[in-house]
Amino acid sequence: MMSDEKKLAIIATKGSLDWGYPPFILASTAAALGYETQIFFTFYGLALLKKKLDLQVTSLGNPAMPMPMPVPVIMQTLPGMQAMMTSMMKKKMKSKGVASLEELRELSIEAEVKMVACQMTVDLFEFDTKEFIDGIEYGGAATFFEFAGESDICLYI
Amino acid sequence: MPDFAKELDASGLNCPLPILRAKKTLNGMESGQILRIIATDPGSVKDFDAFANQTGNELLESTEEGGKYVFFIKRK
Repeated sequence: MMSDEKKLAIIATKGSLDWGYPPFILASTAAALGYETQIFFTFYGLALLKKKLDLQVTSLGNPAMPMPMPVPVIMQTLPGMQAMMTSMMKKKMKSKGVASLEELRELSIEAEVKMVACQMTVDLFEFDTKEFIDGIEYGGAATFFEFAGESDICLYI
Repeated sequence: MPDFAKELDASGLNCPLPILRAKKTLNGMESGQILRIIATDPGSVKDFDAFANQTGNELLESTEEGGKYVFFIKRK
C-alpha cells in the first residue's frame, strides 16, 4: 500500500434495504478514487454480510419515504405490506439504473474494500458465520480503531 | 474529438456505477490511452470531473449530445 493513500473508515450499523446502500456506495466509490477503505459491520449492519441478502424496507417510522399513494399508518402495519414495499422499491431502483446491493457489495470486494464483522454481535445474535460471505475478518472495537485512527474520513452509518 | 482506445457505454446506469465501471475499464488500459464514456446520469457530469481531479486521470472533454453525456478520459 502507498503510504500517501487516503483512508476511509465506515461503521455500518443498519440492516434495511435503504440503509444498506450508503456503506457500499461510498466504499466502492472511495476505492475507485484510490482510498484504502474498511467497513466495520456491527449490530444490524451484519445483515449486509449475509451470503443471501434478504433486506427489507418499510415506511413505518419513516414518514419521509416517498409513496406512490398515501397509505394510513395503520394500513402500513398489515401483513404483507413490508414485502410489497420492498418489492416496489427494488423495481423502482432497477428501473432507474440503481445497482443492486449485491452488485455494489461485489464491486466493493473486487476493489479490495476490507470488511470486518463485529465478533460481539455475532456472539450476541448467535449468527452462523457460515451464512456470511467469504473473505471477511472478525474483530472488535479495538480492531476498528486500529484502522479508523489512521483514517482521513470516518463515517457512522 | 480525441482518438480513443476504448469505449464504455454506461447509459441507463445510475450513481455510482458509471464511475465504478470507468475505473475498472481504465485499470485494464495503458498509461496515456484515452477512454470514451457515454452516460445518461446527469450527476455524472460533476462526478467525472471530481473523479479526474482526485485520481489524476485527465478529463479531456465533457460534452452533451442529445441527452447523452460523453466524456474523454486519459489514463494516468
